[in-house]
Amino acid sequence: MVFDAARDYPLGTRRPDLVRTPGGLALDELTLDAVRTGLLEASDLRATAETLRLQGEVARAANRPELAANLDRGAELTAVPDEVILEIYTALRPHRSTAEQLERWAERLEQEFGATMTAAFVREAREVYAKRNLLSPG
Amino acid sequence: MSEQRRSRRFVEREQRELRRELLITPCPELGLVAMSGPNDPEPGLEVRDRRVVSLDGRSEDEFDALDHFIARHGIDVDVAAEAMALDDAELARRLVDIDVPREELVRLARGLTPARLARAVALLDPVEMMFALKKLRARRAPANQAHVTNLKENPALLAADAAEAAARGFAEIETTVGVSRYAALNAMAVLVGAQSGRAGVLTQCAIEERRSLQLAIQGITTYAETLSVYGTEPVFVDGDDTPWSKGFLNSAYASRGIKVRFTSGGGSEALMGHAGGCSMLYLEARCLCLARAAGSQGVQNGSISCVALVMSVPAGNREILAENLLAAWLDLEVASGNDAIASHSPTRRTAKLMGQFLPGTDFVTSGWSVMPRYDNMFGGGNYDADDIDEWLTIQRDWQVDGGIEPLSEAEATRVRERAARAIQSVFAAFEFPAISDAEVKAAMYALDSRDLPDRDRAADVAAADRVLVEQISGLDVARELDRRGFTEVAEAILGMQRQRVSADYLQTSAIVDSSGAVSAAVNDPNRYTGPGTGYHLDGERWQRLQHLPHELDARTLEDTSALPAQVVVVEKHVAAIGNEPGDVVIAVGPAFADGLQATIGGIAHRDVIEALMEGVRDAGAEPRLVRVRRASDVAFIGHDGALLAGSRVAVGIQSKGTTVIHRADLQPLDNLELFGMAPSLTLDSYRAIGRNAAGYALGQRVGPVPTVMDNFARAKLIVRTTLLHARETAAVAPDAPPLELELVETNGTSADRPPKGGA
Repeated sequence: MVFDAARDYPLGTRRPDLVRTPGGLALDELTLDAVRTGLLEASDLRATAETLRLQGEVARAANRPELAANLDRGAELTAVPDEVILEIYTALRPHRSTAEQLERWAERLEQEFGATMTAAFVREAREVYAKRNLLSPG
Repeated sequence: MSEQRRSRRFVEREQRELRRELLITPCPELGLVAMSGPNDPEPGLEVRDRRVVSLDGRSEDEFDALDHFIARHGIDVDVAAEAMALDDAELARRLVDIDVPREELVRLARGLTPARLARAVALLDPVEMMFALKKLRARRAPANQAHVTNLKENPALLAADAAEAAARGFAEIETTVGVSRYAALNAMAVLVGAQSGRAGVLTQCAIEERRSLQLAIQGITTYAETLSVYGTEPVFVDGDDTPWSKGFLNSAYASRGIKVRFTSGGGSEALMGHAGGCSMLYLEARCLCLARAAGSQGVQNGSISCVALVMSVPAGNREILAENLLAAWLDLEVASGNDAIASHSPTRRTAKLMGQFLPGTDFVTSGWSVMPRYDNMFGGGNYDADDIDEWLTIQRDWQVDGGIEPLSEAEATRVRERAARAIQSVFAAFEFPAISDAEVKAAMYALDSRDLPDRDRAADVAAADRVLVEQISGLDVARELDRRGFTEVAEAILGMQRQRVSADYLQTSAIVDSSGAVSAAVNDPNRYTGPGTGYHLDGERWQRLQHLPHELDARTLEDTSALPAQVVVVEKHVAAIGNEPGDVVIAVGPAFADGLQATIGGIAHRDVIEALMEGVRDAGAEPRLVRVRRASDVAFIGHDGALLAGSRVAVGIQSKGTTVIHRADLQPLDNLELFGMAPSLTLDSYRAIGRNAAGYALGQRVGPVPTVMDNFARAKLIVRTTLLHARETAAVAPDAPPLELELVETNGTSADRPPKGGA
């Protein structure tokens, strides 16, 4: 069945067929039985990029393009390990990074994780930080 | 010197709690002005090739970091020309126009600049703001958020309080720490407790961003609202963030399937010394435009921790309400403050609350302290455990849903035990420092953490470190609870992990019910368009909120029919008019000592009669006991009695104890003395009334019987008065003549001969 962003929310109850864990389990497989038999791992209990993109479509259909853009960036970041996320966050704080360092993060986001929207977001920060004196002197 | 003499009233008022707070004149250069600061810019917007090149009077080369962010992400250029062409007054009118729906207002807001938004809402008076807020709230039904902390950071008490909060209907629970290393354990206790009280409650732990994200990643928390934003660039930078770092963090939370809202609020820029001469409302408008631009689904705002600063300036409350309204207009979920202590004065606190409470917001408070203030580590708590009955009663008074449900003591104790036992077993499973049975018991029944035994804090902190190092997850907690027989709690915790997979609660204003169903602005939107539409507290929910545990059934409240009937008086014959000058009638109401047995002050009718008779005799007259049956009003009871008395003087008394001394030549509604304060009358009062009646009868000089004034008697007793009087009135026989009565001796015999039918 085709996904209808204006009607298929909540996905968990209306379109569970579209929702999977990163390991490929369906929502109705996330049971205590599965926990007992060791089928479930904590790392499997999170949204996939696909699910977040569907949520982005739901937000867009509800006239919330900014929320949708955030969910799309979130979808990209599912591929990025926790430590790297925290490093990028720190790099984006004021006076932490030079323009070159931010550009390297943007490149890494693009090339290593295919996170083009987030990379653009980081480049935008680099541009504004340069104008507003928010870069590290190096 | 007369000018040194102080008015005692002024001195008295200076001692009141309210006067601990400072009120100040506006000081715009420091940002201490609610609305319309001298440096607030004229609204303006210039778009060239779909690019914002000028925003509220600043051209692109003058933009600060916030302007850059809003210009790039926070203005919908497709709507901007149309929206900015509307003047402030027209926008303000549309906000309160019932025929302009929410969707249309939200659409227009997408093209408005911060200065325009602030100026439009500033035109509304408080009632207009409340109306607009009711219309603009994102989710159909309001909800509420709880705060759960304690000074000892005792996990059993945290779990028990979280369970009670959940069982009381809070949709979200926030905890925090005194010692930051405790965070993981506190968050775990609140997770386990909340899911023991009601499945589906979202939980968070307010701590430093990195650690907050870490706990969420491990599935120990499910939401965060620590993403603070500020309205000027210097304050933003002092907070060690930029719009981009916060925006990135927002996306990072989304990537882990965690609900987030931003935090902002008036006064923070002034407090941090960089308001730039701008008003609180204008700076908050910038924060909110930024929050939406960053793709946040919602905000916690309404001044939050700076509330007392905003309320020090004129129109501070109106500014705070305007902030909430602006957030809703920008289509954001609103957790509307009312968490930090706004005032020392309960009157002033509650007056402030009404702005959010009556229209309803997504979360009426962004933290209602479920425990007593002593244990609140969020800096007090505007409302706390002691205020719960007040809150519930105010909901009931207004028929308004403030998001808190009544809970019986038995039910509260039951869920508290379940939660404390569950966290006890989790601690055992992970070999954390044991939670003793004594701690469980104390957590069930405690007033606050002083009732809990001290724990080994160093050992607890070491356990908290293990949660992070060993990456103990929400799933691990569910597994161990299941193994130890807490299957339902385990299922509920697993249910919260499932929410992270479907990510439905990342949409605007999402909350989760006990079946795991998500209710958000997408599937449960507020479509208020006037009376009879939108959310209305009725049906089952209204039944639930109106029936408080201490509510009494009016039909049984004053029903004494179950009590063993005592024969106090016997009816002898139709009363005749007396001839003796010393004949003083004591006229009682239709139900006196017949159906009703005592006054509203709890004095037995027998004792009242005896005291009155004793008084009459003391003063040298002779009492005669009569029942007036045709009326229940004390004036007519007394006047009818006086018409029968040889002295023309009578005491009239209702069953509830209200008494009058009457004389035959007076109009029925006039009297010699009236004792309306029945609850404060004592047997001594009744004896004195009897003496005075005899004094009037014998033509002596009589000073009025002293009475006590209790200004609260009415509030306290008006319900019982009404019910007692209803029973008296029901006993009225309109055409029945008065009857002479005889007092039955306490051993069951009458004073001079056996009652009818024998004793």
